[in-house]
Amino acid sequence: MDSLNTYRGGPDEQGHFGVFGGRFVAETLMPLILEVERAYEAAKADPAFQQDFDRYAKHYIGRPSPLYFASRLTEHFAKGDTGAKLYFKRDELNHTGAHKINNCLGQILLAKRMGKTRIIAETGAGQHGVATATVCALFDLPCIVYMGEVDIERQAPNVFRMKLLGAEVRPVSSGSRTLKDAMNEALRDWVANVESTFYIIGTVAGPHPYPAMVRDFQSVIGRETREQILEAEGRLPDSLVACIGGGSNALGLFHPFLDEQDVRIIGVEAAGHGVETGAHAASLTGGRPGVLHGNRTYLLQDDDGQILEAHSISAGLDYPGIGPEHSWLHDVGRVEYVSATDAEALEAFQLCSRMEGIIPALEPSHALAHVSRIAPELPKDHIMVMNMCGRGDKDVFTVADALGVTL
Amino acid sequence: MSVPAPRTAVGGTAPDSGRIRERFQALKEAGRGGLVTFLTAGDPDRETSSRILRGLPAAGADLIELGMPFTDPMADGPAIQASSQRALKAGIKLAEILDMVRAFRDGEADTPVILMGYYNPIYNYGVERFLADAKGAGVDGLIVVDLPPEEDRELCLPALAAGVNFIRLATPTTDDARLPKVLANTSGFVYYVSIMGITGTRSAAGVDVRSAVERLKRHTDLPIAVGFGIKTPDQAAEVAAVADAAVVGSALVEQVKSHLDADGRAKPELVETVLKSVGALAEGVRGGST
Repeated sequence: MDSLNTYRGGPDEQGHFGVFGGRFVAETLMPLILEVERAYEAAKADPAFQQDFDRYAKHYIGRPSPLYFASRLTEHFAKGDTGAKLYFKRDELNHTGAHKINNCLGQILLAKRMGKTRIIAETGAGQHGVATATVCALFDLPCIVYMGEVDIERQAPNVFRMKLLGAEVRPVSSGSRTLKDAMNEALRDWVANVESTFYIIGTVAGPHPYPAMVRDFQSVIGRETREQILEAEGRLPDSLVACIGGGSNALGLFHPFLDEQDVRIIGVEAAGHGVETGAHAASLTGGRPGVLHGNRTYLLQDDDGQILEAHSISAGLDYPGIGPEHSWLHDVGRVEYVSATDAEALEAFQLCSRMEGIIPALEPSHALAHVSRIAPELPKDHIMVMNMCGRGDKDVFTVADALGVTL
Repeated sequence: MSVPAPRTAVGGTAPDSGRIRERFQALKEAGRGGLVTFLTAGDPDRETSSRILRGLPAAGADLIELGMPFTDPMADGPAIQASSQRALKAGIKLAEILDMVRAFRDGEADTPVILMGYYNPIYNYGVERFLADAKGAGVDGLIVVDLPPEEDRELCLPALAAGVNFIRLATPTTDDARLPKVLANTSGFVYYVSIMGITGTRSAAGVDVRSAVERLKRHTDLPIAVGFGIKTPDQAAEVAAVADAAVVGSALVEQVKSHLDADGRAKPELVETVLKSVGALAEGVRGGST
């Protein structure tokens, strides 16, 4: 394929990014999906909707999040006359501790606009569940969060947070009892309650218009980064790095830069125990195209098209698929996709805590693990921005357990 | 080569098997609604499920839906989820499901078989190859839950071209404005989902099936089968009285489950018990007469 005029034009009217995306849902949901699409198009064109979003983003979420020069890690990674200059986009400083709230704010404003009276969501690490429960408290809407039993166990603090915020957390015992099963259960709820209910999907996946809509709400990350780096350095960065489960924080950072050909863009998937072991969550590195949860995308699946269980130490990356726009960006070669293992992420988690006084979530620890591999070889004037998309408070038990520490 | 025109005519380019049409014609002549039974292929194991399949026509099933299990059955309730898990645990593969149908066709020329499931296993198998193999095995139709008309190019249009009926679900949320789109490339029959929700969780009782069927009949001449939530012979009779057929799934799948031993293996009486339930349902749609 010749180079495109733009990498930011997708999706088409049918919700496709190349061959990826689409609307693979039961007929019961189809009229509603079309209604969400119409409502979102109308909201996008309404300045009052954007003003509402901006006002809450500023005064409630705390945006813009800082762009921080990580001087000690920059020094740590440098060797002799090489070593990139590392910035963190500090979305872990958002209210609720991760980027997830950006999207939840946008979607609940849309739900209100559509007159919906009940909110459902799925969650893996619990960050999206907490963010959804938070905006539901703020806008006084009942909130039901589906969460796999395995995740409930490893993310107990977030389960309690959701309950404090007034949400009902429904344990999901089907399948692998993790994020994909929580999403199945949320879809089942939605099918049964289409008229009253808005489903706040937490990542850039699902049936059209969700992948595009979630990306748009998260793109505030990239837009701010662009302004902030121009102010700090007087030019655009040389590279962007972000971790990828479904891929919403990454697309939020990447999307405003996709047409800047000089900006190298890298997504880091979770390699779990190693892609070669089969126990991983790296859909692009170790999967192939298929159809799940309303869209065509790269999936972890067996020879018969059955979905495989993903593995990652990070519950937020523990998903056997990835947003369809990432699949397309992968196939057209605009974004490089690599992976980092549980062990590498744990190493980066500790390094960042000690060197920068920032306890990162295990998710961005994967991104930092890759930064630690490439930053030392890059020239001194190379400017790199990594999305610090979540803070690690929720992960201290998991990390203690992995390090053999009893709390 | 010219650009192929969009296909909208029922039947596509290759002739279908005709079995579904003929069966509904025969039901019409007999003056009764039909019984459509659903069972998951490979639940609880290949052999047991093949025996049930072979026994269904004699037990009174007019049409057979054979579930292709999927790890993530998003439109199904707990009964069919568990049934799919059992079948997958027993190791059933899509190619073996086609083998089951081929073996069934050896002794049974008339009863239509419709494969029901989700798109990914078919997509993974390869659409053209799947359609050729399914047609060759004696499959008459497909119901693929996660392929709405917006995705007709994926499987619906190729199926029509290959002479395999593509049966679409219509639901209470499919309003009059949308119905023509849903019906445009539907063939064989229309499956009306009488409740909003997943399979087997709500009762169809109290739902105004008659007016729903009448609404559909204003838009199509195809037979209407009604399902989701029909559990008892009485409910099946009630639905079959106003629709062209009643679909029973979860209730039969629960019968399979209740005749497994502690290790999940079929107890000796399983096949007979399930077929007896089918017999009771068949009696229901035949107006309770013997």
